[in-house]
Amino acid sequence: MMKLFKLYILLFTAAIFISCEAEFENAIEDNEVYKVGDADFSNYVSVGNSLTAGFADNALYREAQMNSLPNILAQQFALVGGGEFTQPMVEDNIGGLLLNGNPLPGFDTRLVLSTQSGTPAPENISGTPQTDITNVLSGPFNNMGVPGAKSFHLGLSGYGDISNVETIANPYFVRFASSPSATVIDDAVAQNPSFFSLWIGNNDVLAYATSGGTGTDQTGNLDPTTYGFNDITDPNVFGGVYNAYVDALTSSASGGVLYNIPDVTNIPFFTTVPNNALELDAQTAADLTGFFQAFAGIFTQGLIMQGVPPAQAQALAAQYALTFNEGPNRFLIEVPVTETNPLGFRQMQENELLLLTIDQSALAQGYGSVVLTPEVLQVLGLLQQGGTPTPEQAQLVLDAVSPISDADALQTSELDAISNARMAYNSIIEGAAQANELAFVDVDELLEQSQVGIPFDGGTLSSTFVTGGAFSLDGVHLTPRGYALVANETIRAINQTYGSTLPGVNLGDFRTIVTSDNTGM
Amino acid sequence: MKKSLFIFTLVGFAFIQAYAGGYRVSLQGNKALAMGHTGVAVINSAETAFFNPAGLVYLENKLNVAAGGFGIFSSTKYQNTNTGQFAEVEDNVSTPFYLYASYKINEWLAAGLSINTPYGSRVEWQKDWAGSHLVNDIELAAVFIQPLLSIKLSEHFSIGGGPIYATGNVNFNRNINRTLTDENGIRSNVTIDDSGVTEWGWSASFMFTPSDKLRIGFNYRSEIKLNAEGGDATFSNIPNSTLVPVQNGQTTFNASLPLPAELTVGLSYQFNDDLLFAFDYNRTFWEVYNSLDIVFNDPNIPPSINPRNYENANTYRFGLQYQAMDQLTLRGGYYYDQTPVQSNFFAPETPRNDSQGYTAGLTYDVSEKLSIDASFLYLRFKEVNASYDGYTENGSTVPFSGTYKSNSFIPGIGISYKL
Repeated sequence: MMKLFKLYILLFTAAIFISCEAEFENAIEDNEVYKVGDADFSNYVSVGNSLTAGFADNALYREAQMNSLPNILAQQFALVGGGEFTQPMVEDNIGGLLLNGNPLPGFDTRLVLSTQSGTPAPENISGTPQTDITNVLSGPFNNMGVPGAKSFHLGLSGYGDISNVETIANPYFVRFASSPSATVIDDAVAQNPSFFSLWIGNNDVLAYATSGGTGTDQTGNLDPTTYGFNDITDPNVFGGVYNAYVDALTSSASGGVLYNIPDVTNIPFFTTVPNNALELDAQTAADLTGFFQAFAGIFTQGLIMQGVPPAQAQALAAQYALTFNEGPNRFLIEVPVTETNPLGFRQMQENELLLLTIDQSALAQGYGSVVLTPEVLQVLGLLQQGGTPTPEQAQLVLDAVSPISDADALQTSELDAISNARMAYNSIIEGAAQANELAFVDVDELLEQSQVGIPFDGGTLSSTFVTGGAFSLDGVHLTPRGYALVANETIRAINQTYGSTLPGVNLGDFRTIVTSDNTGM
Repeated sequence: MKKSLFIFTLVGFAFIQAYAGGYRVSLQGNKALAMGHTGVAVINSAETAFFNPAGLVYLENKLNVAAGGFGIFSSTKYQNTNTGQFAEVEDNVSTPFYLYASYKINEWLAAGLSINTPYGSRVEWQKDWAGSHLVNDIELAAVFIQPLLSIKLSEHFSIGGGPIYATGNVNFNRNINRTLTDENGIRSNVTIDDSGVTEWGWSASFMFTPSDKLRIGFNYRSEIKLNAEGGDATFSNIPNSTLVPVQNGQTTFNASLPLPAELTVGLSYQFNDDLLFAFDYNRTFWEVYNSLDIVFNDPNIPPSINPRNYENANTYRFGLQYQAMDQLTLRGGYYYDQTPVQSNFFAPETPRNDSQGYTAGLTYDVSEKLSIDASFLYLRFKEVNASYDGYTENGSTVPFSGTYKSNSFIPGIGISYKL
């Protein structure tokens, strides 16, 4: 009897200590669900710029880094044997950089949607940045994304040298370059990646675009050391370095994925402020039309006085006799002074774009049309009554025109330059993907779709600024949900190329923009 | 004896999450649990106070006491093969226990007391897991205290019952939605907490003994609705923004949670001096649990409406008792427990689908008066694909779906004393 009792005690005690863990028939946790295919994800290295660094809201900050495109991918790769994914984390969720304890100009804190000014608007979050670029992190890091990098920068020695920070160095790379002379691509290749991603080339056109096309289109100039930051990179320069990077990365990797360059006209930085936001009532429209009739008349008289034959003068001035209608009208824009457009302004064309950073309050006060002061209106009244203005009064009218400056807009010729370079880069990228049998993500096409809207389980994701959810508050970089969208497209491309069965992520689990009134205003 | 005390202390500190359909915790006695938690037609100790108070008057001794508890070792896992997300419930400590006593006043009347924990739930998922917008963790516990009378109306028929005083507490934390965070990326969340919520209910039963071999029992326990009024609701990690309708800090809430009525009918049959068979059928009237509505007393905060749509559920229990030796009784049992949860309203705060329980146990008589009761339950849940379709975001339903797998492993120990 006691024996039986002892046996029971034994079983009983054993039972307490035996694990009773529930087990799925096929457990994701134990890598029993997904197929890895032909690629090896054990050491994934991501090479790129801000779009892969986790940059968002015009800053690099920790939470955005945790939601970086390659980090989202790495979480899914981990389901089929992917290893740890390390990133050069910044110190805080404020963003911004310090150099020897002082704020580094141009590297401000992140943007949040604030209501401090009364209406919701992107503002810099309050706080002092803690990330000092003199504090160099010891790598290597799987995320080799360097915000601001152009294609040729990845192979540029000294790009991570703090002594060059005023010139060619990039403060973000200074933070984690393996040595002052190291290049981004060498530090990436030295990790012997088993799998890689490469998304580079955006800044080769984007810097030009976001400057309003104030840089130079360097197509034809093969020496990138002579380029300014806002210039467009020559496609041959791009192609040379790009193919070299792909060769270097494929030397150790079992596979990789390449991303092309999206059309700038699909990002909210250029699509949010419409070029026809000059809303006029009937009276103002008539006033403005009258103004430009007068303006053309004054200009004609001026030309005739300078000795231009009247017929020619009238033909030349006719382009300034603009007419305005009740409702939306296109703004006026500054263009280069030419013989055919001697005053250097015209009305915007349908395809031309305004930058998100344009001064909205100035637009409301006549920037982009005419600043109709009482003095100007007085001269217009005089003209209507058939009077002749004095030269000073005539000048007053000519000066009242306030076209949008070049730095605030992209005009047709600039858009053409961007488009030509971008198309050339994209054909190089797609060619490299085909030649090396790599996965290819058509980001251009994806963002084209997101212009319209992409449905997900909690609504529709679109590129509309603030409310669409895909783009962060800088209008250029994506939100975590936007990066998740690109991650899913990447996974689709990888599965197709390498025969893996990786799952995508749920877009609804990723946030969009952050609202906070912790702002200065 | 020393060894059994050792076991007692061993399990004493390790009471973990409790399981049954919904948040009903069917662990109300070691003898009964060992027999598949049957007992509406069984008379063997003070445990009868819970299972059928009408039976107390049939107990041979003047004073009967039974007390004990259970250690619940359980594991629940979640995964979603569409997204690769997975999570598990982290181990927790809870203390299902019971104490019963009966006193025979005379041949036809007995008084009794029942204290136990028939409802409760403790589920703690990994914080910020995929379903954290539904629940991060919940702890729900109710203690029932019930004075009883048992009256023998005839040789073959007795009745019993009494009022139930229930006291409960709840603590529940979830994230505000799937994505909201504060400025540091920490998920915005809300905790509701209330304790000492009290309410009265009752139970009534009868026992019919047509022959000395056969008993038939019936027991009905009323619904008790726990109304939390003015409990604390604490919002945390909310971003500082006028665009968000809530702020960090505390407000109060009202909510109501039903502890449903339960009907049990069953029989026992004494095959011979040594062998007893018992069968219980439970019907738990879960349909009263339509929705968990949490109304905040701050009018700016929208109420949290959480549809549950529970259905009435049945449990079928079978048990055997065998008197192996003078001092040793062995028991075994099986039950099938239907879940009240519909597969499209499978909320992860009570991740319970249909389950099968396999039970065993024994009683060892240390002396004429004192015996030790031990029991053991292995509760097995089938792997189930389910979703919760009661969550909405911007007006559209966002189902939370995936695969769940659970099991539980529950040893229990108790003592019975008679005088």
